Amino acid sequence: MLSSAFQCTRRITAWPSSTRPLAHFTTHMDPDAKRPVERAIRTKLTSMLKPDHVEVHNESHMHAVPPGSESHFRVLVVSSQFEGLPLIQRHRLVNEALKEELSSCVHALAIQAKTPEQWGKDPSLGKSPSCMGGSRDDHTVEEKLKAGRE
Amino acid sequence: MNSLIRSTARCLRSGAAVCVPRQADGRVWSASVRFLCAAADLQKDLGEMVKKDKVVVFIKGTPAQPMCGFSNAVVQILRMHGVDNYAAYNVLEDQDLREGVKVFSNWPTIPQVYFNGEFVGGCDILLQMHQNGDLVDELKKLGIRSALLDAEKESK
Repeated sequence: MLSSAFQCTRRITAWPSSTRPLAHFTTHMDPDAKRPVERAIRTKLTSMLKPDHVEVHNESHMHAVPPGSESHFRVLVVSSQFEGLPLIQRHRLVNEALKEELSSCVHALAIQAKTPEQWGKDPSLGKSPSCMGGSRDDHTVEEKLKAGRE
Repeated sequence: MNSLIRSTARCLRSGAAVCVPRQADGRVWSASVRFLCAAADLQKDLGEMVKKDKVVVFIKGTPAQPMCGFSNAVVQILRMHGVDNYAAYNVLEDQDLREGVKVFSNWPTIPQVYFNGEFVGGCDILLQMHQNGDLVDELKKLGIRSALLDAEKESK
């Protein structure tokens, strides 16, 4: 699964001269390298839904899973592709874009799917409810976490 | 096993009869057939389950003790609207149900909400419907008067 996440996800960072890092600062590791699932989600949403704006939030730390997990996500997608579509169709488009992740390592996905106009009126990000510990003894979550690590 | 589940889902979605895999040996074949029959039976049962009650939810835990924040949100929203007569199925008690309902709805996560046999969505959609007033209207179509309407009346 992750082989597709690593394809075509090289980041080409063009530094404008005014922000080029100075020589004596050491470069740090690209944080995305440690978050392959998050990167794959962002890449797929971007390529399939051509959004004006996309946010991918790893909320695994809010749930009963080990630190560093990539199992619970919240995404906000703003795309004109959602115009005229009821919520369920919008969510199905997002699910379709992320079906590989949802069938392997992602256990929970909260979705906000807005048109550019809706986002303009209300740019807030929703808040996920508190975890009630359901993932703690859930062996299917363990399997998904393992799939994410492989 | 995963490929069997996927092939069952494909057969069911296309409306074709359940496909019986080529016989490898007597024991494997009968186990596969039993599995496919059970999966097909579950899909049929789900078709009936979602129509038996006006409001049907598939959640983790029970309305009295939800085991997941998103499932709890669904329960709380229904409670706020005074919907207390609905069918709630706990997917944590039955792995086959948990996977079967995802195939049935073509929806990858739990909770799942059905109104009058029609799939509505998950927690996010129910929450947005609650926030924008659509839920009151949808409940009205089911013949359920939302408690929030009475609360609004009292406050005026």
